Parts: sequence; structure tokens; C-alpha cells
Amino acid sequence: MSGTNGFSVSGYGPERSAWARLIARDSLVRRLDWPMLLSSLLLSLIGTALVFSATRNRTELNQGDPYYFLFRHLLNTGIGLALMIGTIWLGHRTLRTAVPILYGVSVFLVLLVLTPVGATINGAHAWIRLGGGFSLQPSEFVKITIILGMAMLLAARVDAGDKDHPDHRTVVQALGLAAVPIMIVMLMPDLGSVMVMAMIVLGVLLASGASNRWVFGLLGAGAAGAVAVWQLGVLDEYQINRFAAFANPELDPAGVGYNTNQARIAIGSGGLTGTGLFHGSQTTGQFVPEQQTDFVFTVAGEELGFLGAGLIIVLLGVVLWRACRIARETTELYGTIVAAGIIAWFAFQSFENIGMTLGIMPVAGLPLPFVSYGGSSMFAVWVAIGLLQSIRVQRPMSA
Amino acid sequence: MTNIPETGRTPRVQIRLVIMQVLVVSLLMTLGGRLWYLQVRNGEEYAKEASGNHVQQVVQPAVRGSILDARGVPLADNETRLVVSASRTDLMKMKDDGKGVLTKLAGVLGMKPKDVMDKVRLCNAETPQPCWNGSPYQPIPITDEATPRQALQIRERSEDFPGITAEPTAVRRYPSPGEANTAQVLGYLSPVTDEEIEKAKDSDSPYLRSDQVGRSGLERAYDKELRGKAGVTRYEVDNLGRVIGQAKPDEAEPGANLVTSIDARVQRVAEYELNEAMKAARKEFDDNTNENYKADSGAVVVMEAKTGRVVAMASNPTYDPNAWVGGISGKDYARLTGKDSNYPLLNRAIQGQAAPGSIFKVVPTAAAINAGYAFDGNYDCSSSYSIGGQVFKNFESQSYGPISLGRALEVSCDTVFYRLSHQEWLKDGGMKPKKDAKDWFYKTAHQFGLGQETGIDLPNEVSGRIPDRQWKKDYWEANKDAWCKSGKKDGSYAEKIAYENCLEGNRLRAGDSVNYSIGQGDTLVTPIQMATIYAAISNGGTLYDPTVGKAVISPDGKSIQEIKPKAHGKLPMSQKTRDEMDQALAGVATRGTAAWRFGGWPQDRIPMHAKTGTAEVYGKQTTSWFATYTKDYTVVMTISQGGTGSGASGPAVRKIYNAIYGLDEDGKQDLKKALLPEPEKSLPKIESDGSIDAPKIETYDPSKEEKASEEGQQAGDDQQLPAGTTPSPEASNRDTRRRSGRRGSTGGRGPGGRGPGGRVRRRRTT
Repeated sequence: MSGTNGFSVSGYGPERSAWARLIARDSLVRRLDWPMLLSSLLLSLIGTALVFSATRNRTELNQGDPYYFLFRHLLNTGIGLALMIGTIWLGHRTLRTAVPILYGVSVFLVLLVLTPVGATINGAHAWIRLGGGFSLQPSEFVKITIILGMAMLLAARVDAGDKDHPDHRTVVQALGLAAVPIMIVMLMPDLGSVMVMAMIVLGVLLASGASNRWVFGLLGAGAAGAVAVWQLGVLDEYQINRFAAFANPELDPAGVGYNTNQARIAIGSGGLTGTGLFHGSQTTGQFVPEQQTDFVFTVAGEELGFLGAGLIIVLLGVVLWRACRIARETTELYGTIVAAGIIAWFAFQSFENIGMTLGIMPVAGLPLPFVSYGGSSMFAVWVAIGLLQSIRVQRPMSA
Repeated sequence: MTNIPETGRTPRVQIRLVIMQVLVVSLLMTLGGRLWYLQVRNGEEYAKEASGNHVQQVVQPAVRGSILDARGVPLADNETRLVVSASRTDLMKMKDDGKGVLTKLAGVLGMKPKDVMDKVRLCNAETPQPCWNGSPYQPIPITDEATPRQALQIRERSEDFPGITAEPTAVRRYPSPGEANTAQVLGYLSPVTDEEIEKAKDSDSPYLRSDQVGRSGLERAYDKELRGKAGVTRYEVDNLGRVIGQAKPDEAEPGANLVTSIDARVQRVAEYELNEAMKAARKEFDDNTNENYKADSGAVVVMEAKTGRVVAMASNPTYDPNAWVGGISGKDYARLTGKDSNYPLLNRAIQGQAAPGSIFKVVPTAAAINAGYAFDGNYDCSSSYSIGGQVFKNFESQSYGPISLGRALEVSCDTVFYRLSHQEWLKDGGMKPKKDAKDWFYKTAHQFGLGQETGIDLPNEVSGRIPDRQWKKDYWEANKDAWCKSGKKDGSYAEKIAYENCLEGNRLRAGDSVNYSIGQGDTLVTPIQMATIYAAISNGGTLYDPTVGKAVISPDGKSIQEIKPKAHGKLPMSQKTRDEMDQALAGVATRGTAAWRFGGWPQDRIPMHAKTGTAEVYGKQTTSWFATYTKDYTVVMTISQGGTGSGASGPAVRKIYNAIYGLDEDGKQDLKKALLPEPEKSLPKIESDGSIDAPKIETYDPSKEEKASEEGQQAGDDQQLPAGTTPSPEASNRDTRRRSGRRGSTGGRGPGGRGPGGRVRRRRTT
């Protein structure tokens, strides 16, 4: 299938100028989900400001250039946008055929992290250094390929019209496909990503229409596994303390407890309207570690206050709400499953990230979609937005 | 939407998608709710916590107030030294962490660059001294001995020395005006402890790690007033300690000045004469021990009789209080506190206690009157007094026949008081005391303020001891086990005593009451207690709390807080008894035991009253006591192992009076030479700029003066006569009276009631 075909589904009528085609009523551009797109863009731009505020004084990070992170974040956003456009251009159906290759490549990259090529950054052994100051976090891309791979397997028979719901065999295959990269990521160990992937699997299973037994079985297995890990003493006490420190910072006062505490002070001191961008003393004083990445929400909380931080949640809500609509309105199960997987991913990762800064979730190293600094994460979420847009534009017109 | 697609859209999937959507919305609402709770509901609380997160305090030390004598002469003040300090916060902002600046600074100061850098580094477990142990926000002193030239170089080229300051800084100094060092009264400072820092951390005057705190004497008693209030500057800092903002500083408030009643000149005389007296005593031979007197320690108190204010207080051995300035060295510390040091840090005027000997006799005299005996009655001054075969001798077994109580004081007759005390002891029931035992002799002593602190404004005063029935009992309870173990009926002297004590040490025995009546045995008093008592006899009966501090004056001289004399009791005697006793004590100075020390004294113009005492201490040489007063002053001196009262202490006390009143050896007064013919009433003036107009002081050194005056004496005498001073006609009479005092002192008896053997006769030369 050629790209041009994918770009226009109308397929009839006289030749029109590029601009006319772009603004035509049935044009792809007109049919994009603009609220989602603009919300995502706005989140990325807010993220740019927050990352700049958090890093402009961190000379040990920005190599003396206060704008280093500002430009990098904008660049990442631009690359992300390009990736989104590319994804829409190709179309999710085209990508469906490439899923086995993409899956294979992503699993290979994740495996590569476990070899000496892998690098540890900020305590997580989840990176591949590319040189020139660039590095790659393959687990971000694995999230996409798990979604695409599982959707491909689960939707195949249903979309072909053979069955109403995927059968047990297919479900087992799909779970197996997800399990391989999840196990590898667990070995890194990058437990935050593992949690997100587990949620993705759950979302995908739900949307696929797999029988309730699978859904509840999976939930039960997860709970049993957690209890087993707890009871069998697989984890050291300090690991348990780290996990529980979000509720009681005393358990790990110098580590996670410190983060939790400082994050909460930063957010709490923002009040309704915040201290103003660049005027937060917690931020300027660099009391919150990892503030440009995992704890970027604290900058919003302190400097933009309830209104600014609330806006971020609302914008994420817009993205998720539109994604839900796309999931419900698409005609193919494949598209529904992909959208649901992305929803589970974004929703859980956002909830976990913001929740940990607010002290209602355990601390885990996860970026806030669009807002946190970090190339791999930015690229992955924009590809995901591209997938959602593609699902939307490729469904038959409802009119 | 409305169109149900034909493929893959089963109701199951549709319902699950709705559930997912609801779940997503509720998660986001949870976040929003929590955000509202933290920021809007509890926001203020967190904002407060956030501001506390990054405020660092830098404390500027307050200049400690001066301690002044009664005329404003500084006894303790501050010396300005040029201190060059480096600000770490500024240095760390530089590209090379300030290395260049410090190297340049080392050049100016003539130090090695490495030494300078070592001083600026922060101490930690691996860093050896020198290193900076204080707050990294505090300017770190590099040297406190910069010359004005070096300081100028640094200041004028401040652009070359960013972060470096050269400031004059106050350092404590004890100038010893006129060589009056006043060491034990002033006390000393030593560095603040971690505990004290922790305790004062949140108070309005936190300590610096480099702070000094008063540890004894006035420095401790008035520490709060002298300290002032340190200035605090609050800096906002980031988590790495870099300064990002500065709040308005609270300026340091210098400490107040303490004006004392000490007169530096009289203090010097007291110190000098005490030392001379002790030196002289060491040349005297003690027949009892067959060696020279040790005169190991001594004290003298000069007090205003009408107020209890201390004009001079000397304790010997002494030390140089400047040894403590800038941190005491280990060697100095050992010298001041070691076993062989004889403890010069002790202020023996308030911390030295000894049996008072016969200067105690004013107490049993008052007790006898209170018990109903007449002052002018006839009391047998026999050569000895015996109880059940035990003989208590009068001093040198002299007998005066029947005499009055007044005469008994004059000649210091022991047997009169033995008899009275023993009679009262019998009346009270003897070994089996009555329930309503009057205990006149003990009660009166307590009423005189003995056995308890006088309340002087100096720390760690000791209380002395009155060996009454209660004390005997308590003491026996505490010691009976040891006594009963070591006591032997036919053993050595000490063993016999222990044996006796074991049997009946809990009771007040006849011998105890006899010994006690003349201030021997277990009785202990301090010089300040005796000064308080003799001052009370002089002033008509009021027992004042002795004070050294006279006023606290703010650094600008505007606020003056006077420390008013405070009484803690009245002497238990009538005005009539007071007058009779006063006469008798004057008699001691004119015809009694102290008369030979007051030859030529102008008794008509400056009535002198005195009482001598020689106390015996088992295993040691006798303690010399001398208590005297005029209408304005009381002087009490004691020398441990120094010999007799008038013998060892007499000349020194006379010379102190001579200096105060401007008298020469013959009793001629020259008011121009008088240091303090009347107690100082006014307070020194402190100007609003903090300066004090203190008079100049010449060092009192009679040995030099004698040489100098030999040539000019004739001229001086001639000039004096026209001034209206006629030579006293009594002067010649006094010469004869001087001879009438035949004894060096009165004496008492040892703990077992045994009298001493022979006693050396003092040489009468003056």
C-alpha cells in the first residue's frame, strides 16, 4: 500500500491543490482529533517551561548553558511531532503488517540493555548510550510494540469475522508475546515500566473482549504474585521500606522519603496560584531531586499553583477522554485494542507519576507523558498519539 | 456514537470501554482532589515548611560588656584586634574556588598559601587540623594578628580580594589596672559547649561555636547582662548551600557594662599586702611543728560596712586571668587545676572555709546575753577550765580573774566562754538534751548567718558549718561505719578520736560545746561570712548580702540599673548590746590583743575595732584570722597555716587601712594620698558612644615608694603642716599602748580538748 492512498481515503473527485485538499471537509487534516493534538502540544510546551525552570540553575547538569534543557525538550517535542505525522502517514494498518519486525527490533533493544552496552542512569539500568550525549530507553518503545503485537494477535480472527471474541489459544499467545519483554525489563530491573506494561496488558485484554475469566485470572495472579513476593521475603526490608515510604517518609528518610517530603512541600507551598514561574524557592533551591524528569510535576505545583498543575491534569484528561472516544468509535477491534492499550498506558503512567509527587502512590521512576524531560519517552508518546490519530482518520466517516 | 459498527463491536467490549473511561476519569479526579487538598487546604502549612527549608542563619557575635571598678577603671574589657576573615560562600562562587584570592591574601599576610587554604577548608572526619569547625556561612578567621598596614592593603584593594574582610574585632582582655588582677572575682570565659549551643539554638540569643561563656566569678554571675545579643542575618540558600537571597539582618546588641564596687587601687593594696603578709609568715618559725609557717593560702575582704558592697577581695594563690583568653593551653590548665597547683582558681574569700578561732567570740557573746547573762557581769577568766578530769586551758594559761564579757573579748579570754557554753549545755540537758533545749550558742550562730551562704553575687559560694546537734547526728550517720572500723581504745591519737566518735559521735558532748564556744572544733566559716558579720556590728546590726556588682549600665550609658544593697537579716542583739560589743572591739584595737598592731592609729577620728583569731586545725599549722571595722569599712583577713591573727595578718590589715584613709605609719592623715576615705557613692559616667572616662591609676608598690620618698620626705612633711593637720598629741601615747598588747593572739584547743604546748612569741617589730 502506498503512502498516498493512506493519506486520502476519499479516493475520488478531481485533482485539487495541496492546500485545498488539506482544508477540504473530508481531508485528513480536518478529520484529525484536534482537541487531543492541541492538548498534547500544550502539555509539551508547558513541560518545556517547567523543565527550563528546574534546570536553568543546575550548572552541574546543563553544562553551564541554562537553555540546554529548554532547547532539548523543544527538539524532542519537534521530533515527536514528526514521528506522529509519520505514523499517521503510514497509518496503523500499514504498521500492522510491520508489527512482527517492530516487535522483534524492540525486544532486541531491550535485551541489549542487559548486555554491557546497557547503561545505568539515575539508578535505573534501562538505557543504551548512543554517544554524543544521546541515549535510548528501549522499554518506552516496547510499550508500543506490546500493544501493537497483542492487538494484532487478538484482533486477527475477530476482525476477519471468524469469531466474536478471541479464543483462549490466542489469548495465551498474546500473553506470551507480552511476557517476553516484560520479563526482560523486570531483570533490569525497571519495576515502574513493568507496572505500566502490566496495566497495558490488562487494558488490551479488556478491550479485546477476552473472557472475564482471563481478566479476573490475570488480576488474581497479579495479587497472588505480590503477596508471594511479600511473604517469601524476595525483597529486602529496605526495598519494602522504599515502596512504603510514600505513605510514611520516615521509613526511608534519606532516600525516597526525602523525595516524597520535598515534593510534597514544593507542591503544597504553591497554593492556589503558585509562586510564579522561576520564583519557586523549592525549585530554585533544587530541593527536589530529578525535578526535570520524574518530579517535573512539583515545578508546576510550586510555581504555577493549583490552577497550573490542575491544568496539566485537565489536559491529560482531554487526551484520555478523546482517546476513549476513538476506542469506542472505531470499527475494527484492532484499532479499539490499540487505543485501549494506549489509554491504559497514559492513564496509569500519569496517575502513578503525579500520584507519587502528591504522596498517594509509591515512588517509581516514570516520566509524566509530554511534560517530563526525556527523548525516548517523548518519542513514544507522540508515536502513540500518531496511532490514535491514525485510528480516528481511518475509520469510516460517521456521516 | 449511534452507529454500531458491523464488525468487532460486541456489547461486552463496549461495556468494558465505558468502564475504562469511568476508571480513567475517576483516577484523574483523585489526582485533582489530592492536589486541591495539598495546595489549597494545607498550602499555608507547606509554604511555611518550604521557607524553613532554606534559611541559614549567620550570627555576628555581640561585643561583651566591660567590668568596671567603682570609678570606671576597666577590670575586664575588650581589646580590638584586626581579624582577617574569608567568606566561604563568596570564595566558592569563584571559578577556582577562591584559590587565587587566598594565594594573594597569603602574600599580603606573609603566610604560606597552603596554611591559609587549610584554615578555610571545612572540618570532617578525614580533615586534620587546621580546619574550620563552624558554620560554612560564617566568615572564617584567617588571622587575628593582622597589622593595620595589612588590613589597609586588603580593604583598599577590595576588588582584588572579593570575599575577604579585615575587621577590627573585640577580644576579651583583663588589663589588671595598677596591677590589681582581681582574678578570682572576675572569673573567666571558656568556649561554649555543644550542649549549650543545642539548648540556646532556638532562643533569641543563639551561641556561635566560637562563643565564650562566663565560667566563674563575675563573668559567670553576670553572664547574661555582659553577653549582649548576637546579631542574626538570615540567608536563603539552596540545597547545596549557595546563597540565593538575604533577609534584613538583626543587628548585634553589645553587652551591658557591669560597674562593681571594687576599687582597683584598694584591690591592688589588698592583693599586695596579703602576698607580703604570706611571704613574711613563711619566714616565721612555728614551734609546734618545728618548721616555718607554710602560709599556703590566704584571703582578704574589704567591705563597705553600711552596704555590704565589696571594695576589694583578694585570694592567694592567684593567677593571670588572661591565660584563658583565646583558649587556655593544656599546660596552663594543668598549672591552674592540677593536683600540685594549690588551686589558684578558688576564690578563698568565699570558697575557703576554716575554723574561725577567736574572731568567732562575738557570736557566743551575743548568745550569752540572749541566754540571760549580763554584759557587765563578773565572769571568771581562770587559767583553765576542767570538765570531768579533762582540762581546757586558757591561752598560755593566763588568768585575768573575774572580768566582764567586754573585757573577755578584749583579752580574748577562752575560759569565760568555755564556762558559759558548758553551763548552757548542761541546762539544755547535756548528753540527753531536753525537748525544748534552747541551744542558745548554736541558734545565735545561725542567726548571725553562719552555716549558710551569704548570698554574694559570685557563684559557688560555700556555706561553712555550725556543728550543732543536728549536724553531729547527720555527720555520725554518714561516718560511723568508718569510725567504728578504724577506732581503737588505746591506739594512736587519731584512732582514739575515731573510737570516741564511734561510741558517741552522734551526741553533742561537753567538750564539743567548749571547743565550739571559741570557734574551734568542727566550726567552719568563710572570710565573707565573717566580713558580713563584722560589717553588721559596725552598721548597727543589719546583715547585708555582700555584693560586688553595683550597677549594670547599657553600652550607651543611657539605661542604668543599680544593684541595691539587700539585707538578709538582723543580728540577734539589742542596740545596747551592739554598743557594748562595739566598745569592747574598740578596746581590742586600743588595749587588747590587736593593740600592738594599731600603734599610732588616730582612734579619735577613725575609731578602729578589731578581733584577732588563731584557729587550730588538726595536723596543720594554725590559721591566722583578723577581723576589723571602722564606721565605713570592714576588713577581714585570713592566712591558712600562717600563724597568729594579729601576728601574721595584722600588719597587712593596718596597711590596707593606711592606704584607704591616707595614713602614714605614725597615724598622720594626708587626704590627698587617701585612696577612699569614704565609700564611692557615685557611678562612673558612660558616654553615649560607649567611652568611659576612667581615672589613671598608679601601681601601689611600697618597696619602690620607700626609696623614692626617702629624699623628699622632709619637704613633704613641711608642706603638710600648713595644710592644717596638726600632729596628733596621742601619737606618743600610742607608742606606749603598743607595748601593752603582750600576746600575739588568742588560742584555742585541739579537737580532743588538748591544749597545744608552748607557743612562739611574735616579734614585736613593726
